[in-house]
Amino acid sequence: MTAPALQAFRTGDTPLPEIVILTHKLTRQYDMGGEVVRALQGVSLQIKKNEYVAVMGPSGSGKSTLMNLIGCLDTPTSGEYWLNAQKVSDLDDDALARIRNKEIGFVFQTFNLLPRATALHNVELPLIYAGHGARERRAQAAHALERVGLADRMAHRPNELSGGQRQRVAIARALVNEPSILLADEPTGNLDSTTSGEIMQVFAALHGQGQTIVMVTHEHDIAAHAARVVTLRDGLIATDQRQAA
Amino acid sequence: MPVFEAFRLALQTIRAQKLKSGFSLLGVFIGVASLIAAWSIVNGVNRYMTEKFAQTLYGVNTFQLRRRPMFAANVPDSVWRAWRRRPRIKFSDAEAVTAALTMPVVTAWQSDDNGSVFYGGKEARDIQLVAASERYFEIKNLRIAIGRPFTAQENRSGVPVAVLGDAVAKRLFVDRTPLERSVRIGGIGYRVIGVVEKQGSVLGFPLDRFVVVPAFAPAQSLVNPPGVVDALLVKARSEVEMREAMEVAEGVMRSRRHLRPNQDNNFVLDTSEGVQRFWAGISRILVVVLPGVVIVSLVIGGIVIMNIMLMSVAERTREIGLRKSLGARRRDVLRQFLAESAALATVGAAFGIVAGIGLTLLINAVSPLPASVSPASVVLGVIMGAGVGVIAGVYPASRAARLDPIAALRQE
Repeated sequence: MTAPALQAFRTGDTPLPEIVILTHKLTRQYDMGGEVVRALQGVSLQIKKNEYVAVMGPSGSGKSTLMNLIGCLDTPTSGEYWLNAQKVSDLDDDALARIRNKEIGFVFQTFNLLPRATALHNVELPLIYAGHGARERRAQAAHALERVGLADRMAHRPNELSGGQRQRVAIARALVNEPSILLADEPTGNLDSTTSGEIMQVFAALHGQGQTIVMVTHEHDIAAHAARVVTLRDGLIATDQRQAA
Repeated sequence: MPVFEAFRLALQTIRAQKLKSGFSLLGVFIGVASLIAAWSIVNGVNRYMTEKFAQTLYGVNTFQLRRRPMFAANVPDSVWRAWRRRPRIKFSDAEAVTAALTMPVVTAWQSDDNGSVFYGGKEARDIQLVAASERYFEIKNLRIAIGRPFTAQENRSGVPVAVLGDAVAKRLFVDRTPLERSVRIGGIGYRVIGVVEKQGSVLGFPLDRFVVVPAFAPAQSLVNPPGVVDALLVKARSEVEMREAMEVAEGVMRSRRHLRPNQDNNFVLDTSEGVQRFWAGISRILVVVLPGVVIVSLVIGGIVIMNIMLMSVAERTREIGLRKSLGARRRDVLRQFLAESAALATVGAAFGIVAGIGLTLLINAVSPLPASVSPASVVLGVIMGAGVGVIAGVYPASRAARLDPIAALRQE
């Protein structure tokens, strides 16, 4: 089923706006001091608009590598990666930075907030690199914080926020540029189960609003929130299942 | 990311890390402060030289007919020997030049040498013995504190009278009045008729260690061979008239010396410009030494800043990874760290400017060196400070810009 969509992207004659992510035989090898590590060995995957996908797999299965490739932080050794009908697998550094800025919203396990900046300023960061003016940035960042329920915490610094609040600031930051994909890497890995539940509710709400979400996790009960679970093993897709949310 | 944004970010970081920033500012701080202080001294002395020192030594709109310049720096031996072979200025030369000057001028003869002045058992050594005509005081702007100057009559007759400089009077007479007492110069007694007001000093040279006696007094023979003067002083009413008088004097002297048109003058018409040239020679040496000091401190400052920036890049690897994942391009990261390092150095330079100005004021207050802050040095200080920052920031910033975002994000 991959082939027709790929053909359409390659020729460019049939627009397929519903396909956000398309990978074709994606491989990634690392040269670790003479020894070649094949982290991905040909992953072909399609993700449609407003899908909620969990990527699972044991450590070393290649899920982080896939995540980095989808997030445009890395380029594949071979294969193709199309994002919104644009072939990004052979773009240069600056072009990838632009894609990361416009199309991808990252949520990390360790939040990665700037410790000395306020919540509002943290959320503003992607807009700075997008080249927006200060007033516009502030308004958009404030709106994103409202969406995750932190309207009253904008002037707080990360150390004045709870873990769950920090992750919600990070989600607001990921959403502020209205990206095509929300890419979450173990988003609940550093949170207790109650807070994890809250974050999953935020994700579910965003999904309900039409957001495409790709989430890497190794926890089955977290993956259970997603509508589709892709499992990797040894650099290949082992299972790809849809489930009732 | 706009440059302005990068600078705002940089200042935030500096404010957040005050102590570390403070240390890294030190080198640039010292460099810029020393630049401004040293420059201010040169600048101040320069102004002093042109405005005051030259006037004190020569007087306004005044030139001197001499065998050779009074002040000269870096003169080769051959030139010096040629000067010494030149004929001296004769009484008759001075009289002929004076007679030819039709514009209103004040003239005086002057010969001088160093020697001792005695009174009773006391000796004032290393005194400038000046044999001059009566209008010398007027040209040199020497006001008489007590007594009177000698008259034209006394000058022509060579009456042994003396006008003392303040330091000489103090040395020989302490608190008593020197008037009508007899000091001995070259074994001959001179009646003291006046004392000149205290002149103070310029750049540490005392200006009050002199005695003036009439040009025809016996002391003339101590100072110069018979019929010879060191200088004819001519003071005009304006610069233009001074130039005219100089042309007349040159013509008279050339014809008296029988110089052909292709021959150079074997005398000089010295003005305060001569002193200024002399000073320019000295200040050129300072201008060569000064940049050395400044450059050394700025290089050290740059190295310190580079180290701090490398540390900062290492500490903030994760932040850089995050920024890249949020869409920062290489040049954004580069710009951020360059701005930070330039801002660090500029803040250092700003403190350096304040300290340099403070130092200048202090030097003015406690030392005889006149110092005045040159606006150009402030501008240069800022430019050099920021420049050092940018140059020192290039390597750390390019390291930051090249970081792999995945590895950077993984770093603890």
